[in-house]
Amino acid sequence: MKRLHLPLLILALVAVSLGIFQHKVRNLAFPLLPAQIADNWIVEARLAFEPTGGAVTARLLIPSQPPGLALLDEHFVSRDYGLTTGMRSENREAIWTARNPSGRQAVYYRATFYELERHLRPQPEYPGPASLPEFEEPYASAAESIVERVRERSADITTFATVLVSDMAHAQDENIALFAPRGSGERERARAAIQLLAGARIPARMAHGIQLTDRARDLQVRTWLEVHNTREWVPINPGNGSVGYPPNFLVWWYGDQEPVALNRARNAQVSFAVTRNFQSAVDAAQQRAQLLDSHIADFSLLGLPVQTQNMYRVLLMVPVGAMIIVLLRNVVGVQTFGTFMPVLIALSFRETELLGGVILFTLIVSLGLAIRFYLEHLKLLLVPRLASVVIVVVMLMLMLSIISHHLGIEHGLAVALFPMVILAMTIERMSIVWEEHGAGDAIRQGVGSMGAAIVGYLLMINPYAEHLIFVFPELLLIILAVTLLLGRYTGYRLSELIRFRALAGRSDT
Amino acid sequence: MNWFITPRELRRLGIVGMNARNVDMIARLNARRHYPLVDDKLLTKSLALEAGIAVPELYGVIETNHDARRLRERISGRDDFVIKPAHGSGGNGILVITGRMGERFRKANGLLEDMEGLEHHVSNILSGMYSLGGQPDKAMIEYRVRFDALFAKVSFQGVPDIRTVVYQGYPVMAMARLPTRGSDGKANLHQGAVGVGIDITKGVTGHGVWHNEIVERHPDTGAPIGGIVIPEWDRLLALAAGCHELTGLGYLGVDVVLDRDYGPLILELNARPGLAVQLANGDGLRKRIDRIDAVRPEKPALPSERAVHAQTLLGVTGSAPSGRI
Repeated sequence: MKRLHLPLLILALVAVSLGIFQHKVRNLAFPLLPAQIADNWIVEARLAFEPTGGAVTARLLIPSQPPGLALLDEHFVSRDYGLTTGMRSENREAIWTARNPSGRQAVYYRATFYELERHLRPQPEYPGPASLPEFEEPYASAAESIVERVRERSADITTFATVLVSDMAHAQDENIALFAPRGSGERERARAAIQLLAGARIPARMAHGIQLTDRARDLQVRTWLEVHNTREWVPINPGNGSVGYPPNFLVWWYGDQEPVALNRARNAQVSFAVTRNFQSAVDAAQQRAQLLDSHIADFSLLGLPVQTQNMYRVLLMVPVGAMIIVLLRNVVGVQTFGTFMPVLIALSFRETELLGGVILFTLIVSLGLAIRFYLEHLKLLLVPRLASVVIVVVMLMLMLSIISHHLGIEHGLAVALFPMVILAMTIERMSIVWEEHGAGDAIRQGVGSMGAAIVGYLLMINPYAEHLIFVFPELLLIILAVTLLLGRYTGYRLSELIRFRALAGRSDT
Repeated sequence: MNWFITPRELRRLGIVGMNARNVDMIARLNARRHYPLVDDKLLTKSLALEAGIAVPELYGVIETNHDARRLRERISGRDDFVIKPAHGSGGNGILVITGRMGERFRKANGLLEDMEGLEHHVSNILSGMYSLGGQPDKAMIEYRVRFDALFAKVSFQGVPDIRTVVYQGYPVMAMARLPTRGSDGKANLHQGAVGVGIDITKGVTGHGVWHNEIVERHPDTGAPIGGIVIPEWDRLLALAAGCHELTGLGYLGVDVVLDRDYGPLILELNARPGLAVQLANGDGLRKRIDRIDAVRPEKPALPSERAVHAQTLLGVTGSAPSGRI
């Protein structure tokens, strides 16, 4: 058990991390790459009517979990009206009420939709076979022969429906013409198809919706047919029998009914307008997560104030840097001053940029070292000496800033962002190593620290890495797992392959 | 010489790497609570004295900066002595005074130092400059070892010592550490001392390693370093093996000096002994440890019995470091 403890812990960390990660990527569509733009559609329905006196009630059917699209956000714009929303059979409706409005009235419903790869809505249960319609002659025998002929050429419910609809569209059949005369509209055709499908006991319904097109106004409502194949509702084009909705089709309501119902008002007029809206994919995903009532959204960094977010953008890269240090020290075998000093130096490189940072760092450390060697002659106690080094470092930074400003090198101003205490400690440690182990060791460790800082910096400014960690902070668990795993690495360091090279070719005595 | 060695070959030789040492040896065998016993050299010294193990005589301890003023009294009447930090590591902060020159003191490298210099050194020690983690420290003043003439031709100043790695109480590998001009009199391989492999069964030196390279002669004196027979070798190994009981550490480095008058003296103990001993012996620690583990007797024997046991076990296949390169 003890031996399995660490592997199990690592597995658990990785599993939790990947679980949350894939949920966020697949179900909430958080973007994997930075600066991604998501399209969404802003759809507006305008309902206009004329009150006839007295308390007015206006009911408008509104979309509820339309297939292929997800509702991100909705607003009801209606001055002086009371508003309630609720479900009415398979549709959602908005009910506006006002005591005594006068003149022509208009209320608005505005919603933002996002394209979704997968269906999130729960599929309603199979409503059971449709009840047989009661036709009179000649309709009854015509329906019977149509169903008979279609059944011969179909394999299942979906193909039955497609064959039937395409027959209605193309075949010169008098039986069919009885139900849907040539030239009848989508709606009549769909209505006739539903009747005929009921003849085969197949449940079917009408779906009404609009084709989303950018900057379109007064969009035509189109009617579609849906048949239930005992597992799900399958959309069928009533014009030609093809399966599926066209892209960007927004189903607004179901059933053979008008979307509007008015009480004490008349001349209802509904019009639809659409615009396409671009939004950062992260924001869209965050909104979506909130709508789906996901706890994940509550724990997201994106809900924090922007300033705090920006701070965490930097801070969250520190674990990545720390893991790099572990790799460099325990697997490669690089020697550095202080364990995590290179990470802090790398953080300040973010502000100074690489070349400027390296030059400034080298400059300050070399000047500081020179002064530290002078201080050594004064034979001071440790803490006063350290404090003197800090003071000297701050003065050096100030001097470098002023000089570089006069020379017009703006990078020099960023020197103030170096962590001065870290610099002072680096100088102190380097001077001790210099005295105790010689200049070679001191310079080797100095170069090692600088190299580690550069590697850390290059990884930490990587926009992909930063984006991934910031949007998916659960990945930190994987970094923790990798670090724990490296904690048990007992293999050779790369540097040891060189250190023990003198043993190469030795016979095994 | 190749530019590098393959991990496969290192494994075949049984070389223990730094990571393996930290996890398999130190973390597994050395309980952290035992560290103070070796990290504090004052504590080690008093424990060793209780156990009857020979150590250099302690002249005095300076614990505070206030005491530092009394340094003069502590060293009065003594021509040569050593000032070292109680919590030092890697031989850092050790000041060896070999004699007086009027008011001044002669250091091991021949340079002179005045009283103020000594006081500053003590104050540096007290402020924790040489201790692990910068903790405030104590300064020890002790007997300067007058080393046996045995290594006189193969050291440059300083004190040559013998590092023995003791695994679970069994001495498994040893090397002599010879100071060079580059190491500034220190017997630390990292600082440029020469490490010389010692045949653990016979106590005879083999080839050396200097700056990770194999050498046959001392780089400063030019004298051959192989074939030196170390006197009282069995006693030295038993002394080293006894430090296992002293400290409770399962992986231990024991540094012994050979004094002209007092014979082998324990200079210091190390809970994290380095791995260069493998280079000096041309052999891997892993192989020897496995051999010890395979036939370890159930009951812990006396240190001297363990030393003999290890010698016979490791001698079977003759893992002599006789310089075949």
